[in-house]
Amino acid sequence: MHELGIVFHVIDDIETLGRENDLSRVSSVTLELGEVSGVVPSLLQDAWRWAADRSDLLRGSELVCESTPAVTLCDACGRTYGTVEHGRTCPYCGSGDTHLLYGRDMTIKQIEAC
Amino acid sequence: MDEFRVIEVKQNVMASNDAEADELRAALAHEGTTLVNLMSSPGSGKTTTLGRTIGALAREMSIAVMEADIDSDVDARTIAATGADAIQLHTGGMCHLDADMCRQGLDELADQLTHSGKDPHRDLVFLENVGNLVCPAEFDTGATANVAILSVPEGDDKPLKYPLMFEVCDLVLVNKMDVAPYFDFDLARFEDNVRSRNPKATVIPICAKTGEGMDAWYDWLRSLVRG
Repeated sequence: MHELGIVFHVIDDIETLGRENDLSRVSSVTLELGEVSGVVPSLLQDAWRWAADRSDLLRGSELVCESTPAVTLCDACGRTYGTVEHGRTCPYCGSGDTHLLYGRDMTIKQIEAC
Repeated sequence: MDEFRVIEVKQNVMASNDAEADELRAALAHEGTTLVNLMSSPGSGKTTTLGRTIGALAREMSIAVMEADIDSDVDARTIAATGADAIQLHTGGMCHLDADMCRQGLDELADQLTHSGKDPHRDLVFLENVGNLVCPAEFDTGATANVAILSVPEGDDKPLKYPLMFEVCDLVLVNKMDVAPYFDFDLARFEDNVRSRNPKATVIPICAKTGEGMDAWYDWLRSLVRG
């Protein structure tokens, strides 16, 4: 639901980058979305189309979303495991004393521009 | 025709918002203003809680409220009726406020106070965020502290369903305790659910309508404002 807000932040960042690097057009933007970032890629695409077409730099550009895995660390046995498969309970020792290492991040990986 | 080339960016999407939030927090600390970001579901009692809180604390500190909603000024008018200074922010369809929108709101509030011949400084400013347990938690507004309100009818399992909200808050108010006998709400289970996500959070049960438990909340605010 907060996809539009995220898109505005991405566009602001790329417009800053565009000014710093004298870019005139961006044809694609690649985002890496953590598996548990809570962002829905299809909603992000809809918001992107609406907002990017209002930017001279980004008009007509494509948004590419890549998923990056979420990993949780078990504080009891020290092992790591896939968050999406096993949730908060460690599959090795059964402890609930775990915390997310990564998987919530959203990163602008690269852009194609001239 | 220019050739398109690939440019590596590797920049966190939230990095610019987080930087703006830290800047705002530092500026507020310098001015001696405490900003409390109040978040909850729609209908949990944010406005009622604020109304009573302002009534109790207005004599000992200067308070203002920024109401953020997608549309309407119902809440700002309700708060203004308590005698407190309030402005309404419209998010233009968005489900949350970010640090830049919050800073703009504070500037607008100061302008409005100056225009009406009042001192623009406030000891305590409440930001009543958009009613929603998901999106407001994603964006750091630059507030001094984050407070979530959870009302009894919503159920004690909400920290499990909306973990991020309960991870980012410093305090959770459990509102509508007066109706607890009619719901399967287990306060101890709720506190366990909060602590499993956020061991540092304080939980205070209240009833904003009757005033039950509100003194503990006022004391928490007093010590926050004193810094």
